Amino acid sequence: MGAYMLKRLISNVLLVAIAASMAYFLAATSLNPRAKYEGRQPPVAEAVVDGVLDDYNLNDKTPVFERYVTWVSGVVTGDLGKTWEGKEVNGEMGRRIGVSLRLLLIGTIVGSGIGVAVGAYAAVRQYTISDRVIGVTSFVIMAIPVFVIATMLTIGAVGLNNALGFTLLEYTGEYTPGLSGGWEQFTSRLNHLILPTISLCLGQIAFYSRIQRNMMLDVLGQDFVRTARAKGLSRRKALFKHALRTALIPAATYFAFAFGTLLTGAIFTEKIFGWHGMGAWLVDSIQQNDTNAVAAVSLFAAVCVLVAGLLSDLAVAALDPRVRVN
Amino acid sequence: MRSKVVLARLARNPQARYGLVALLLLLLLAYVGPFVGAHTWTDKDFLAFLEPPSAEHWWGTTQIGQDVYAVTLRGMQKSIVIGFLVALFSTGLAALVGAAAGYFGGWVDRALMWGADLLLVLPSFLIIAILSPNLKGGSWLWFVVLLAAFSWMITSRVVRSMTLSLREREYILAARYMGIPGWRIILRHVVPNLSSLLIIDATLNVSAAIIGEASLSFFGFGVQPPDVSLGTLIAAGSGQVTGYPWLFLFPAGLLVLLVLSVNLVGDGLRDALDPGSNQ
Repeated sequence: MGAYMLKRLISNVLLVAIAASMAYFLAATSLNPRAKYEGRQPPVAEAVVDGVLDDYNLNDKTPVFERYVTWVSGVVTGDLGKTWEGKEVNGEMGRRIGVSLRLLLIGTIVGSGIGVAVGAYAAVRQYTISDRVIGVTSFVIMAIPVFVIATMLTIGAVGLNNALGFTLLEYTGEYTPGLSGGWEQFTSRLNHLILPTISLCLGQIAFYSRIQRNMMLDVLGQDFVRTARAKGLSRRKALFKHALRTALIPAATYFAFAFGTLLTGAIFTEKIFGWHGMGAWLVDSIQQNDTNAVAAVSLFAAVCVLVAGLLSDLAVAALDPRVRVN
Repeated sequence: MRSKVVLARLARNPQARYGLVALLLLLLLAYVGPFVGAHTWTDKDFLAFLEPPSAEHWWGTTQIGQDVYAVTLRGMQKSIVIGFLVALFSTGLAALVGAAAGYFGGWVDRALMWGADLLLVLPSFLIIAILSPNLKGGSWLWFVVLLAAFSWMITSRVVRSMTLSLREREYILAARYMGIPGWRIILRHVVPNLSSLLIIDATLNVSAAIIGEASLSFFGFGVQPPDVSLGTLIAAGSGQVTGYPWLFLFPAGLLVLLVLSVNLVGDGLRDALDPGSNQ
């Protein structure tokens, strides 16, 4: 197990390096940070612009490979370079990762948890009304893109707030500025989390419930579940300890894939609900020609996806006694 | 004979029936609808800015006086064309690459599958987002090519593994011993025998491509103005959704209906062509 994990780790680090380097080259050759300084009144002297861009390692007159080497030697020592305004990418990134991880962690836990539970419930109640309702709902939800769900939730929240006459559900930003007191801050932050979390989770719930229902149905008909019942286990115990655990294995292997879609979904959720996280930064930095920020976000995304892959391997190994990879 | 059986199965499947009817109605709306409306999509009515739906403007107007009905249908045409083209390209590419890798084996196989793996690792959203607006000199066709280039890899792996078993069949061996060149065997014997897989894959690719187009256009990385697509319309509408919901609801509703009906047809096709699978 140890040697296997080490091998996985090495190949993962290599993949992260390749993905981040690709992203850097692409951003460095296609984006044009110089555009920020062109066409200003009064015009900025070219030498001044060159000097500033050189400082930030963004000058398109320096060969791309040279800029890449400077960038990589910074990254290796933990310095991700500067944004187009000259701020440190590291500081900005630290704050934004905190924002995004809050969304992603809660989204993953709530989405996969509820999804698995709903799918297992539908399988146990196969062909009843509730099974059909769950099936149709998840089919419809999977056809709705995240940005439509998020916008619909905003409409709903505005309608609800107007009907009530006060702001029950918040739909912009991470918190209400200018609140005093720890408790008020905390509830306000929780309130701001509700709608983004719902919009991120719905798709995940639909996805997991479909997989889990299919797998659970396969397992329910198998001999070991009948044996468990025959040796005197209660129905609940047989379902939870034997059927659900076995049926969870495929859902765990899909975890890495689902996390990738969650990450893309977070871009939309953050933009629509006005959160300043990594996803919003990706869009903003592409639009602002901010090469180093684009590279930093890609690095973060690659690390996230590979960590999810590793976690999904670990989950499978923990659930499935047959798979003890060596 | 087989196509008759498949069609009969498809007609018996209520899901597929509803999906097919809905899809045909949506296509009719997109391509015949503009002739029924009173305005064309380039018309601007300077007496009606941001008007709610009325008898004159069925689905309301935008902030520059465009008729939402006409503009939305125009955007829908673009989304449909992009969806079908991407599906065609990506499934075609998957079939050719997968069949070539499986049939020829050896270094061809290794090189092609290595390329597929590499494309799977790369962050496709980021690459399309950076490249696509910079190809303004080209047209939305570049966008189609980019979307297709990042959506064929998984299917090509499935095609490859199925080709591995197909190439040992008697009729393929017979063709090979008659001296027919490899690429011709692939086109004439291997790919047609994978048609059920490819048809299902192409259908589901259509809905994936429509959503992908809309997602990228939502941030302005896809279809560029003055062209419109459902994605750009939804993006424009979602900014003012609380005051002028009709700008958002019509394109978003049509997008969801379109994706839903294509998915229904895809699922129905899978049941009809491949009765063994229960996914």
